Amino acid sequence: MTDMAWIDATLTAARPQVLGALLRYFRVLDAAEDAFQEACLRALKNWPVKGPPRDPAAWLIFVGRNFALDEVRRRSKQTELPADDEIVTDETEDTQTELAERLDASHYRDDILRLLFVCCHPDLPAAQQVALALRIVSGLTVKEIARAFLVSESAMEQRITRAKARITAADVPFDTPGAPERASRLSAVSTMLYLLFNEGYSASGGNAHVRVPLCEEAIRLSRLLLRLFPSEPEIMGLSALLLIQHARAAARLDAENNIILLEDQDRSLWDRELIAEGLALVEKALRHRRPGPYQIQAAIAAVHSQAAEAGDTDWAEIDRLYEILESLQPSPVVTLNRAVAVSKLRGPAEALAMIEPLAAKLGGYFYFFGLKGALLTQLDRPEEARVAFDHAISLANTAAEAAHIRLHLDRLQKDSESKRSA
Amino acid sequence: MLYSILCYESEALAAGRTRQEDDAMMVRLRTVQQKLKSEGRLGPVARLMPTTTATHIRSGKDPMVVDGPFAETKEQLLGFYVIDCPSLEDAIETAKLLAREKPHGTLEIRPVAVFNPVGVSL
Repeated sequence: MTDMAWIDATLTAARPQVLGALLRYFRVLDAAEDAFQEACLRALKNWPVKGPPRDPAAWLIFVGRNFALDEVRRRSKQTELPADDEIVTDETEDTQTELAERLDASHYRDDILRLLFVCCHPDLPAAQQVALALRIVSGLTVKEIARAFLVSESAMEQRITRAKARITAADVPFDTPGAPERASRLSAVSTMLYLLFNEGYSASGGNAHVRVPLCEEAIRLSRLLLRLFPSEPEIMGLSALLLIQHARAAARLDAENNIILLEDQDRSLWDRELIAEGLALVEKALRHRRPGPYQIQAAIAAVHSQAAEAGDTDWAEIDRLYEILESLQPSPVVTLNRAVAVSKLRGPAEALAMIEPLAAKLGGYFYFFGLKGALLTQLDRPEEARVAFDHAISLANTAAEAAHIRLHLDRLQKDSESKRSA
Repeated sequence: MLYSILCYESEALAAGRTRQEDDAMMVRLRTVQQKLKSEGRLGPVARLMPTTTATHIRSGKDPMVVDGPFAETKEQLLGFYVIDCPSLEDAIETAKLLAREKPHGTLEIRPVAVFNPVGVSL
């Protein structure tokens, strides 16, 4: 007897490789999904009785491909069909498995990459990319994805159908990609995984608890990508970044779902095992001396994770890393983040001077006004701080973000009252 | 006679376990370890980090450093060391000392996630 939970976990783990191979055969996503679905049904029927195959993924690819080919034959009515159960027979299963293995060992890396890559076609808006990847690569149900994105099931169904129609029209090439094409696919997929993680991490709406699985899925896929491309320092950096950020999950919100800032977090709640894995990957990546944005962001997260107390944080190192990040990937958001390090190192006045020129570009950005308010508070300019915080509240994405800013406003209010009464 | 027990599992499957499931399994394993320890039969216990954290050294006079999960299925696990190093760089240099003395094969460096040198302490 094969344990059903094991079968379930095996089917989930095999999904990207099997679906990726079936997509290469059939070139049509819906056909590949149908074939995968059928292969899974047969596995559920077959494995508990006959025991699991030596290589579940190869078995699923073979059965899925046969099913789809039979469908074609059935439609054209040219060939007599074998009965359902004869498609995979005991005597030949091993030979078939070996054949499938041989066919696929050289391809599976690019198969999985292609499967991920079709989900992040540049024509698709970010939210559609992430939803599509969760549906196709991770195999979440539309209902689960709808819940994570806090939209109705029918709205999500529509979003995914539209996204699929677009990628079908986009026609991703099926030849084995050359090195430059592979690199650009990897980079697009990395961005998509980072978006997926952020969807869970910064909770752009609603209840954070629902979204932890999104972070975990992003980590699972980033580890998968790293197993396929073990020498890519940026993939190491991406994995490390996600691991170290996610390690803080339990400390980021209190029991009432209020945001707890990094410096106020109970560091004993940080997951040391995830941090250790992240640090190992950062170290491995940096050996390559090919720095990239994910590696540097991971290194910044690593510096934070190594401080026993907030007061021990090596802000000079963080400032230095942000400087590198600014040169690799100039962006007002990076400068905004660097300003936090600068405020710790050289005081709030210098940090404020640094972010003020960003107002035009970050005028719709919650964190810009949150940081501006905090710096103005430190500089004892409460009136201007209040204006900044009010602005931040109007831009808050979640109730928790708004509540956090309200805390600052309450503190300003109390300060001014105690000054008046003094 | 000393025996080593090596733990194999599909990494993709292991990574699919939730933290709660993993913690529950570790508690069950520690019960077994505790029994062995009380009988004075338990040596070092280690849990390794995922293969994605691995670095490989190809043995020979001039050892070559390669990233990543072990791909060479024609080679079998013949032994292991546990060494204490301040950094990956240092671990690589240490492994090279060994690699230079071996004409063939691969040494895999894998960070240890959990280590108990003299059996589990509960």
